[in-house]
Amino acid sequence: MMTSLLYGGAGVILFALGLWAFLVYEPLLRKLIALNIMGSGVFHLLIAIAERGALAPDPVPHAMVLTGIVVAVSATALALAMGRRLEDDDDAR
Amino acid sequence: MRRAGTLVIGALVGLLALWLLWVLRDVLVPTPRLAELALQELPNTGVSNPVTGVLLAYRAYDTLLELAVLLAALLGIWSLGAASPGFQPAGTVLRGMVKLVVPLLILTGGYLLWVGGHAPGGAFQAGALLGAAGVVLRLAGDARAGLPPVPVQRRLAVAGAATFVLVGLATMAFGTGFLSYPPAWAKWLILTIETAATLAIGVTLAAAYVGGQPVPRSGEDGPL
Repeated sequence: MMTSLLYGGAGVILFALGLWAFLVYEPLLRKLIALNIMGSGVFHLLIAIAERGALAPDPVPHAMVLTGIVVAVSATALALAMGRRLEDDDDAR
Repeated sequence: MRRAGTLVIGALVGLLALWLLWVLRDVLVPTPRLAELALQELPNTGVSNPVTGVLLAYRAYDTLLELAVLLAALLGIWSLGAASPGFQPAGTVLRGMVKLVVPLLILTGGYLLWVGGHAPGGAFQAGALLGAAGVVLRLAGDARAGLPPVPVQRRLAVAGAATFVLVGLATMAFGTGFLSYPPAWAKWLILTIETAATLAIGVTLAAAYVGGQPVPRSGEDGPL
């Protein structure tokens, strides 16, 4: 219980930090990093929720985190490619 | 003014965090959940690792759509123009390390793919390792991140979702419904899907790291 609370609480704090940075800072790259930190917070939380009391860990949130990580990485890559393209366009103008 | 706005946002986000922590405390008590049902039905899925069972049997539809998301992201990256040329070729020490690390990554990926049936592992971890091998190669100066020629890349990137759909259609044709495997075949169908998914995820991640339309080498098919 205490371990889960600590781990999940760390997830909540990561999420809040990411959300704050996402709202406050303007540059695209910072927003993207903030978004990824928010994502890590959510993954933390899901993993913490998977383990409640003395029961066997719940495989459903584990599977969601697993696919979530890969999807988050590819979404970040797409956003980075778009950001770079935007910058190229700005330079050309 | 900007500073004041930042502080207000900070205060609001802080309140949100406190509320979420409060909720979390109540959530972390043993309550009815899907785990018992998932573990109880596991012998029927053909795998003994519950996470793989969830990914490829209970929620196979979800995983199929996730592979489609990966493919969509890669298509987006490829449609944003040509990739920047590779970095400069690696020096002797880095080249030596790459020669050592890349085969090891591929070997570990294969191991994780196989072990995923009964222990932590599976297509996503194995695919991530293959992608990492691509990243290492790109950093060492290979403009194409060690990926095969462009037409093969395209086919491999589609392979995961395509194999998934084909298996789904085959199970439909046999009358068990879309992606409900007959128990006798389940293990091999899951392994087939996972192998294709591993290749697709690895290629997608490495190609995403290249960050643009792959530049064909001389004598190859042109750009997309």
